Amino acid sequence: MSCQRADELIHGYLDGELDLARSLEVEQHMRECETCARAYRSQTTLRSSLKDDSLYYRAPEKLQKRIQSSLRKEAKSEVFPRAFGWRWLTVGASLAFMLLIGVVVWRFVPRSIRPSGDELLAQEIVSDHVRSLQMPGHLTDVLSSDQHTVKPWFDGKVDFAPPVKDFASQDFRLYGGRLEYLNNRTVATLVYQRRLHYINLYIWPAEQAVATGEKTTQRQGYNLIHWTSSGMNYWAISDLNGVELHEFARLVQQGPL
Amino acid sequence: MQKQNKLATFEEAVLPHLNAAYNLAHWLTRNDTDAEDVVQEAYLRAFKFFGGFHGADGRSWLLAIVRNTCYTWMQHNRSPELSVPLDDELHEIESKDLDPEALLVQRADTLMVRQALEELPMEFREVLVLRELEEMSYKDIASITDLPLGTVMSRLARGRKRLQLALTNQMHAEVLS
Repeated sequence: MSCQRADELIHGYLDGELDLARSLEVEQHMRECETCARAYRSQTTLRSSLKDDSLYYRAPEKLQKRIQSSLRKEAKSEVFPRAFGWRWLTVGASLAFMLLIGVVVWRFVPRSIRPSGDELLAQEIVSDHVRSLQMPGHLTDVLSSDQHTVKPWFDGKVDFAPPVKDFASQDFRLYGGRLEYLNNRTVATLVYQRRLHYINLYIWPAEQAVATGEKTTQRQGYNLIHWTSSGMNYWAISDLNGVELHEFARLVQQGPL
Repeated sequence: MQKQNKLATFEEAVLPHLNAAYNLAHWLTRNDTDAEDVVQEAYLRAFKFFGGFHGADGRSWLLAIVRNTCYTWMQHNRSPELSVPLDDELHEIESKDLDPEALLVQRADTLMVRQALEELPMEFREVLVLRELEEMSYKDIASITDLPLGTVMSRLARGRKRLQLALTNQMHAEVLS
């Protein structure tokens, strides 16, 4: 270790800030170099000169009281901001007004231009349909074209009995069934096949028994038809063309002619 | 009620370090009333930013604020002191420093030490006060002064040499007179 290096490290040594290896090096150097050893001793003397209580300035008592009272004032002004809080009142009023406008707009703007429950559900169904086709083995939990196998399979798995019919003679072959979680509940899903196209038919009990007519939408290239009948909600989705999917929906509702 | 809690928590975490705050402020401003004003201002700032304090070490956190308040305060109120050219002076001192006569062999008188420390440039004074009077680690000093650890050590080394030199000069002068 050079004297130049030791010159600074002596201070780290004095302050107990060096690691063991460095400390040993410094000690070794001081054993060999009288100049550095003397410089170190001089520093310990300096340190002891600084260890004098009267060099430490203690806060006068009145300062603590002064600070505490100004803190109290500050704390109060944080609760009731200056100028009687008018500024905050204004901010609050503006926010309330904006909220009111929002509610008015939401309430009275035609349903068609805001996302409805149906639209959110349609999105959920598209995602589920895509997922069912993408993941191998995910399309069906029970693989059977026999309605008498598929229907009992749902027993005890859902709290309703979905109508399961096969339309093989109309070329909509029952392919199987599975459970899905949609619209915050477990729903029965039937899978039908027409040529190379799959149809997912989601069925769950309707909250209102009122039957509704078919509603058709398209999303991401898929056709969706949904309706309510006999106290059940039905959603059918497929990449099948709209005409054939409509035919399928009619079969489900009315049975084979 | 939440605000009341904030005040109580703040006072509990930060008020016990009032002496440390005042000591640092006094050494930096070198004056009673200025130190009091700076400390009060620092406490108000600390209270405002208390939401950002998550550490365990209230003293370091407060002292960093006290130091910043001092610097801002000095910029506003006076003090060309903040822009002392450091290095030119130092070279001169380091060559003298090799003179064995400049070594401190006996404990210096407190008044003399106080004066010598007060006359040190701010950059050295603050690290010496934090190290010798507050007995803080290099790590804490580094976080308070916003300097790298290595710089803390070299500032301490240079500051101590200056202090030692000032003291030996004065002791010699006394002997001669």
